[in-house]
Amino acid sequence: MHRRVLASDRLIAAFLFGCVLFNYPVLSLFDRHTTVLSIPLVYAYIFFAWVVVIAVMAWAIERHFK
Amino acid sequence: MSKKILIADDEQNIVISIEFLLRREGFEVLVAGDGEEALAKVRAERPDLVLLDVMMPRMNGFDVCQALRADPDLSATRILMLTAKGRDTEVSKGLGLGADGYMTKPFSTKELLAEVRKLLGM
Amino acid sequence: MLEAPVVIAVSLIYLGLLFAVAWWGDERADQKRSLIANPTIYALSMAVYCTTWTFYGSVGRAAVSGIGFLPVYLGPTLVMALCWFLLLKMIRIVKANRITSIADFISSRYGKSHVLGGLVTVIAVVGIIPYIALQLKAVSSSVSLLLSYPEIVMPNHSATMSVAADISFYIALILAAFTIVFGTRHLDATERHEGMVAAIALESSVKLVAFLAVGVYVTYGMYDGFGDIFERVNASPELLRLTTAIPSGKGYTGWFSLIVLSAMALLFLPRQFQVAVVENVNEAHLKRAAWLFPLYLLLINVFVLPIALGGLLHFVGQDVDADTFVLTLPMSQRHEGLTLLVFIGGLSAATGMVIVETIALSTMACNDLVMPLLIRHKRVAFDESRDLSRLLLGIRRGAIVVILLLGYLYFRLAGEAYALVAIGLISFSAVAQFAPAMIGGMYWRGGTRDGALAGLSAGFLVWAYTLLLPSFAKSGWLPDDFLTQGLFGIELLRPQQLFGLTGFDEIAHCLFWSFLANIGAYVGFSLLRPPTAAEATQATVFVDALKDAGPVGAALWRGRAKVSDLQELVARFLGPARAQALFTAYARRRGVASGVMPEADAQLVQFAESLLAGAIGSASARVMVASVAKEEPLSIDEVMHILDEASQLRTYSRELERKSRELTAATLDLQEANQRLQELDRVKDDIMSSVTHELRTPLTSIRAFSELLRDDPRMHLADRERFLGLIVSEAERLTRLINQTLDLAKIESGRADWNGCELNLKEVVEQSVAATSQLFREKEAHVELDLPDNLPLILADRDRLIQVMLNLLSNAVKFLAPGSGRVKVMLCLLADGLEVSVADNGPGIRPEDQQLIFEKFRQVGDTMTAKPSGTGLGLPISRRIVEHFGGRLWVESVPGEGATFRFTLPFAPVQEQALAQVAAA
Repeated sequence: MHRRVLASDRLIAAFLFGCVLFNYPVLSLFDRHTTVLSIPLVYAYIFFAWVVVIAVMAWAIERHFK
Repeated sequence: MSKKILIADDEQNIVISIEFLLRREGFEVLVAGDGEEALAKVRAERPDLVLLDVMMPRMNGFDVCQALRADPDLSATRILMLTAKGRDTEVSKGLGLGADGYMTKPFSTKELLAEVRKLLGM
Repeated sequence: MLEAPVVIAVSLIYLGLLFAVAWWGDERADQKRSLIANPTIYALSMAVYCTTWTFYGSVGRAAVSGIGFLPVYLGPTLVMALCWFLLLKMIRIVKANRITSIADFISSRYGKSHVLGGLVTVIAVVGIIPYIALQLKAVSSSVSLLLSYPEIVMPNHSATMSVAADISFYIALILAAFTIVFGTRHLDATERHEGMVAAIALESSVKLVAFLAVGVYVTYGMYDGFGDIFERVNASPELLRLTTAIPSGKGYTGWFSLIVLSAMALLFLPRQFQVAVVENVNEAHLKRAAWLFPLYLLLINVFVLPIALGGLLHFVGQDVDADTFVLTLPMSQRHEGLTLLVFIGGLSAATGMVIVETIALSTMACNDLVMPLLIRHKRVAFDESRDLSRLLLGIRRGAIVVILLLGYLYFRLAGEAYALVAIGLISFSAVAQFAPAMIGGMYWRGGTRDGALAGLSAGFLVWAYTLLLPSFAKSGWLPDDFLTQGLFGIELLRPQQLFGLTGFDEIAHCLFWSFLANIGAYVGFSLLRPPTAAEATQATVFVDALKDAGPVGAALWRGRAKVSDLQELVARFLGPARAQALFTAYARRRGVASGVMPEADAQLVQFAESLLAGAIGSASARVMVASVAKEEPLSIDEVMHILDEASQLRTYSRELERKSRELTAATLDLQEANQRLQELDRVKDDIMSSVTHELRTPLTSIRAFSELLRDDPRMHLADRERFLGLIVSEAERLTRLINQTLDLAKIESGRADWNGCELNLKEVVEQSVAATSQLFREKEAHVELDLPDNLPLILADRDRLIQVMLNLLSNAVKFLAPGSGRVKVMLCLLADGLEVSVADNGPGIRPEDQQLIFEKFRQVGDTMTAKPSGTGLGLPISRRIVEHFGGRLWVESVPGEGATFRFTLPFAPVQEQALAQVAAA
């Protein structure tokens, strides 16, 4: 029961976390003409954040809703 | 023929005192310092009575008693348990395992002699 | 090899493959060995979200707005984090009420209203038909591009269009056939299509593989990786602006509104509702889909920007539409195999979307538009002789054909017009209008039919005015005066700057006004009057879907019905054989062995209604059931009373459950406490028994010897002296035992006196060795000392330490073999204190005994010779003394090689400071 509540809270946290990562103003911090490993910064940032959010969701839901 | 008695106790001073007492009364006395030795001596020497301490190293008095009673050849051997733990459970456990009598330490020498004689039918 | 016959043959073969997979999936479903009972297939089927608008259109969007194509995929990713709440609840509601479409869902929630279901259907059809047209257009464009191979000719000339358009007409017909075969094979009470889902999952895989293939080819085949493409872009300021999030300079509201919009589209697009909710076979599949579907979205987007930039670089100066880059880039390299794969991928994206969307829309159109009309005109209800299942299937098949033809018609009319290009987001905005009624309906009991009707209508009208009509105007179908000057020339009514609102892009603008109108009307009208009995009932069923509500619906039905009437009614829609089987199975479940329910109670009526709901929608089902069952209408007060009772019962049973859980926990606690007490009792008992034992043993000797001496005055002098000596030593033993027992009791209760002072440990050790030298001499043992000078002082009680040392030394000597014994006493410096060790070469201590010897009254020894003559308290006391001063006492021993007792003591605090100062200096 408590595990379920914990996992639910984690998913909601992942949702809110993703909302912050993918929107103004955090997004604007990366929105500039710079490159990482010759890839535009904002492009690299979004895909990186995307992978992180998916990983957190997978971890929260697969591990805790047995 | 004098009766043969085995004293099995790990407290040397107690052994010395009982040995002295019984010899003075004309018994033939054997001594064992632990449970295993006691069992071996009973099998080898066939004493008429064993004075068996409960708290002994290697094999406690209850186990020795049980082993003796499991051997039909030794059914004639009387067993008198001696213990320093005077709880009722211990008394009934000893009697339940087939001991013939039970004495709590410290005991009076007169009572011990009386109990010994009674068990030997004297 | 890309001539028309080849292209057509490959397309037909691919569609044939889909038919085969779908057929196989249905076969397996009939055999109860479901092919799609697999979370990965479920996740893949959700990827029907990615249509040609993604497959071809993402690159087109990226070529104009840079990474502006991404929010449409970030929104669904985020909403999937909430799938365990939203989607799960929707699935539960849909399964419990046999809901078959989103129109049915909304109509059922607000009291099974026909009008509401119809309105939702109309909004869905109006919003989605252009989207279907877009798919047909994409297929026809890709066909006409292929047919001009090896030239790259943009397909906007009417000459080429006619051929390709004909092809897309046939494609529409083929898709209609496909959809009819697998969408309306039989009328099911659950309305699930396993074969179709299997085919959709396959299509999702194909389009992903095709897109990744072209992405890898462009990025690594035509260019030298991501880095190469972006470096070339750096040289062009025109392209460089595409590498930031906001190239158009419209701010982040557009970005944000796309995330919101796409999140709602994922939940409320009819095709998404169909695959994610209606077709769900096992709610546990959500777990995998929650992350696998977002991962799919991520993968299909990785290469979008490189392809767009690569295309812009490659076709610079040429008339090549960015929407076609996915296809034209491999064509320009004469890579025929890849070109064909991409074409099949695009075909997959189009057909998948069209098939699922059409099934969903046709179900809605049949159950929520046509059936209610037929029932209203009493053509169906009283014509009792007819088997209506054929009629129903006919209606659905007709609806499928009509919808696809409407799509084709729209495509032919719109052609290259703006109305088609922008339709993706316009469609999303239309279905987003369902959000307030859907989400409000699932979480708010107060929502009413009037509120939902008002909200949906208002939202739909604002959507049409601010987005749909302007798109018509931009296509030239309407005079665009009203765009620039407002309706009737009133400037405040300009559709894309409504009431003078500027600063938003058109989507954000529409979203804001339509939601304001929608939510405002929904809430406002809902609050005008209390819910009716029917609305309150359904509100409970929906809002409490995740609780174990029990048959609320059945509790709220009162009336009379005949079993035979109900069965006949169901038979008319599902066929007599199926109806018979379903009723028999139901009776068996209720415990009626004969398979014939004796009377129609509320639950049976409910069961019949839910069967019908699966076939004709919940609103129509209610009307049909009412036609054969005499229902006594319940007043709202009665309904509320029953609902109250149900919820009280629920609360009560929850309370009971909680109480019983608490009781169980309390019982466990008590048992544990009792066990602990018994344990303590046993320990105390053991100690008491040990103490008595230790006291009785010397007393036994003393009494026996005393009586012997008393009874025998003529005893030999030698015996007399010996016995008196033994009496004295046993008396000493008794004294020692009493002292140590009291000592230990004092230490343990914390009432011992400690005289702590700084002392030199070396002196203590030397003093103790001197005190025991007599014992060593008696055993002829050798004592070796290794005690360095100038060690730091420690803080401890001198007498207590001597007590410890004496105990260790006398223990050591006790077990030494006479003559050959050696004891080594060492003192050494540790980082934080001193360590003393006493090592002997005695028999050693068995590993299993090394802990025991520190317990009270546990004496261990080689008893071949004699019992060790201690009290069994020396080591426990020593250990407590050492621990009191912050040290540790333990033993190390290998049996046969002796034992080493060690203890440590920390430095005195002052000393520690001094040492630190020395170290610092």
